[in-house]
Amino acid sequence: MIATARDPRVEYVMRLGDNALVLAQRLCAWIAHAPVMEEDVALANVSLDLFGQARLWLGYAGELEGAGRDEDHFAFHRAASGFRNVLLVERPNGDFAATTVRGYFFDLWSYLALGELARSRDERIAAIAGKTRKETAYHLRRSEDWLIRLGDGTPESHARTQHAVNDLWRYTGEPFLRDEIDAAMLDAGVGFDPATLLDPWNERVRSAFSAATLAIPSDPWMQRGGKSGLHTEQLSYLLAEMQALPRSMPEAAW
Amino acid sequence: MKTLPALATVRDWLDEIEDPEIPALSITDLGIVRDVRYVDDVLEVALTPTYAGCPATQVIRDDVERTLRARGVDRLRITERLAPAWTSEWLSVRGRERLHEYGIAPPHAAAEAGLALGPIASAIVRCPRCASGETREQSRFGSTPCKALYRCDACGEPFEYFKPH
Ligand SMILES: [Zn+2]
Repeated sequence: MIATARDPRVEYVMRLGDNALVLAQRLCAWIAHAPVMEEDVALANVSLDLFGQARLWLGYAGELEGAGRDEDHFAFHRAASGFRNVLLVERPNGDFAATTVRGYFFDLWSYLALGELARSRDERIAAIAGKTRKETAYHLRRSEDWLIRLGDGTPESHARTQHAVNDLWRYTGEPFLRDEIDAAMLDAGVGFDPATLLDPWNERVRSAFSAATLAIPSDPWMQRGGKSGLHTEQLSYLLAEMQALPRSMPEAAW
Repeated sequence: MKTLPALATVRDWLDEIEDPEIPALSITDLGIVRDVRYVDDVLEVALTPTYAGCPATQVIRDDVERTLRARGVDRLRITERLAPAWTSEWLSVRGRERLHEYGIAPPHAAAEAGLALGPIASAIVRCPRCASGETREQSRFGSTPCKALYRCDACGEPFEYFKPH
């Protein structure tokens, strides 16, 4: 008999934590590889913020679950199928344009989502969201600045950015899909309806793309699966690297 | 039964603890000590992180623990308080002066986390070395989460600006 009675908040908070954790791990791979030193520092800072956010969310998920798992356990001792991040954040870094576009799509969604969660009936969720939304505004401003500079830059930067947009667009639908977990959280006053964020998200993207002279892809087909644990193979490679040490030496400590 | 130290004394002890990343500031200058109180005979200290991922948070917690234990506080609980979220408005007046002397431009008033583009500060950020207002933001992200990189066009020196947050 499979236990299904666990609090849907565990799953809900895990999704928030996994989005931050997977993107943080992606971004720290840029350290010492960014095109200029200021960007090296910026990407490291954003990554660090996201690791902090992941720690807050996953720590709370562990408390809600009550099975003795802490944030480290969630990060290092789950297989890919146990992760609940959206597919967007596990896309490979690609070039600087691809990292910028992926960051922009996520930062904008995250900023809007945290604004909703800051009004959650769950005080802990509201506190974490209120805190992390402030730093997410910094991330968004940076990724949007770069999106516009690259899109409205040289023919080379424009072409690379448009290519990244065309490649990543199909991953922008999943964060706005409402499933049974979202519905339960909405009913409980803990969460929000993700579909309601689509209009403000699209509106902001349209105006940024217009300034960046970028075209929005017309293909409406969208990928999905990450929120329920169905991931691309790219996540497995990321986890293999991130989890290697604690899995081979479970007793290792600082 | 021994007497418990007065809360004002405890606050003085906490004020001697340096921020590990900007040692010119004490942790009380930084505004991260949110509450000090006794619950029965247990001293409770509530700390708030500046940024969610700030690595100084754990160091500060350890420093508070070590400092208070060394002063003989043996019934101690340190808690993390997330709401209301830390803001640079909580920097003390003395802290702002110390930042300036240390070579870091103190923060302007923190606006509500907005989405406007452009530099983070619309107000003039003065160079802490030569006081010129002819400065430019180089990067919104600096050597620690709380600082941005600036450059002074008058004296040519780079400097750090404590971000309004
Ligand atoms: Zn100067």
